[in-house]
Amino acid sequence: MPTNPFVSLFGRSPIGPMQQHMAKAHECAAQLVPFFQAVIAEDWERVEQLQKDMARMENEADKLKKDVRQHLPKSLFLPVPRSDLLDLLSVQDKIPNRAKDIAGLMLGRQMRIPQPLQAPMLAYVSRCVEASAQALKALKELDSLLETGFGGREVALVEKMVEELEEIERDTDRMQISIRRELYALEKELPPVDVMFMYKIIEWIGDVADRAERVGNRLEQLLAR
Amino acid sequence: MSLVADYGLVLLVLACAFGFFMAWGVGANDVANAMGTSVGSKALTIRQAILIAMLFEFCGAYFAGGEVTETIKNGILDATQIPPDLFILGMMSSLLAAGSWLMIASVKGWPVSTTHSIVGAVIGFGAVGVSVDAVHWGAIGPIVASWVVTPFMSGVIAFGLFLSVQALIMNSDNPFLRAKRYVPMYMFLTGFMVSIMTFSKGLKHVGIDLTTAQSTLLSTGVGLVVALIGVALLSRIRMDDDADKSFHYASVEKVFAILMIFTACSMAFAHGANDVANAVGPLAAVVGAIEAGGDMLIGAKSAVPGWVLLLGAVGIVVGLATYGWKVIATIGKGITELTPSRGFAAELATASTVVTASALGLPVSTTHTLVGAVLGIGLARGIGALNLSVIGKIFTSWVVTLPVGALLSILYFTLLRILFL
Repeated sequence: MPTNPFVSLFGRSPIGPMQQHMAKAHECAAQLVPFFQAVIAEDWERVEQLQKDMARMENEADKLKKDVRQHLPKSLFLPVPRSDLLDLLSVQDKIPNRAKDIAGLMLGRQMRIPQPLQAPMLAYVSRCVEASAQALKALKELDSLLETGFGGREVALVEKMVEELEEIERDTDRMQISIRRELYALEKELPPVDVMFMYKIIEWIGDVADRAERVGNRLEQLLAR
Repeated sequence: MSLVADYGLVLLVLACAFGFFMAWGVGANDVANAMGTSVGSKALTIRQAILIAMLFEFCGAYFAGGEVTETIKNGILDATQIPPDLFILGMMSSLLAAGSWLMIASVKGWPVSTTHSIVGAVIGFGAVGVSVDAVHWGAIGPIVASWVVTPFMSGVIAFGLFLSVQALIMNSDNPFLRAKRYVPMYMFLTGFMVSIMTFSKGLKHVGIDLTTAQSTLLSTGVGLVVALIGVALLSRIRMDDDADKSFHYASVEKVFAILMIFTACSMAFAHGANDVANAVGPLAAVVGAIEAGGDMLIGAKSAVPGWVLLLGAVGIVVGLATYGWKVIATIGKGITELTPSRGFAAELATASTVVTASALGLPVSTTHTLVGAVLGIGLARGIGALNLSVIGKIFTSWVVTLPVGALLSILYFTLLRILFL
């Protein structure tokens, strides 16, 4: 049966798939917490398993991203600018990418976290994952935003959520500084190459929160009239 | 006059058959777009949609279908300029032409309008088959203009309705309570709009003639009754906290789903009022000519007989029952992005526009008007994604349908002439 012209007027809304992508992106980033627990416990079997899981999730997120892009032809009329939506999507996609980088590098080098750094490091990772969770929470409002025609009360609600997200990100910045300071105090006793990579990992963990914050900012940009 | 005398009954039966077939086609295919919106947004089940469509398409066709039928019957062609036998054959070829073109188009999935087909066909046989002077060219202008104006107008109304819903309900602190308070107002509007247009123009052939004051008063009454029924139905809607957790507006949408029952009725009514004419307009013309014994002056003056409208109304209902429900189900599955708060705005805007056009005797396309309304909501940032390429397709089919309808009708006209004359 040929498609009815009235039905073909309705394109596939990108909102739902965008939310699914962000959910997958966060799912991947959230694995960082058990991953670090396993690293601290030096349970390398579990570390490897978690790294594999994260790589798989990152891959799934990639597929979702491609799917959204493919269904956003230029002829589609959207309530928000198409380019803003695609920007948001690519920023979302950077979260699992970074999480996967962290897991890959740590597994590859079998990196051990020096004992005094373990507790602050775990707190730092958890906080960064919270940033990603907050980004997901804000993104889950997209369907409510559509319901209110991207205006009014919902916009205020999302703006508040993004503010909270920014607060979390600032928090992670402070934690990053203090962890670096602690590492600096220890670095003379540790193998130099390990230390260099440890700095890298600290920076990358911060990136997760950073990128989550950027998701929030893009979302705000989307709402700006 | 030999044709009418010799074959009068045969022609009458044939014309009835063609007209009924067209009405069947309208019921089978055309109604689906009007009702699919309600099914897609899950405001109605398919069974409910069919029942509403049957009842209100019938009422619309019978009570408010007279004006547009009159236009197709006498408004496009100057019957006094055409010999009665040619007029009868021409109207029959128009029915055949529009019917076959619509069949081809629906198989191919082209967005072709019944209205455009029949108007093209009638103009075609009149201008080419008889003489260019036989066409009321002055009347064609407003009709064609209305095809541009109605989608635009319903778009503007839908845009306004949607924004009013946002301002009054969605962007308030308690959208659910606000919805319960303001939705009956939209229900009143629905009842009022449909009835005022019907009362002011459409009831003459049923033998009821109301003054403006009377019809305004009566329409207000109808609106109030509709709103009261609505309030009664709404009182049963409760907040659903579980559903609201995942999507804040789930309960609010349930209120709009009730509103959509009413707008679906108005939509079916409007559609029946305007589109039944496509099927029975030519039939009414044939009946008029035959009953007047071939005297075109009397034939043109005779009112549209009630039974002709009835035949069209029954045809639509039969079309719905035999095939239309299937098409409605398919369309309903395709349109899931349209939630009740948008669907109602699209339906109310379309119904108001089409009912107004019907009262003015303008044959318009319900589907195109509905597309206009949906675009209006899209412009108000209310819909996730719209395929603008469809607009281009509609426009193309629009431009193609008139000449194709005309050509086919000329073809059938020539054939029938060889057969009967």
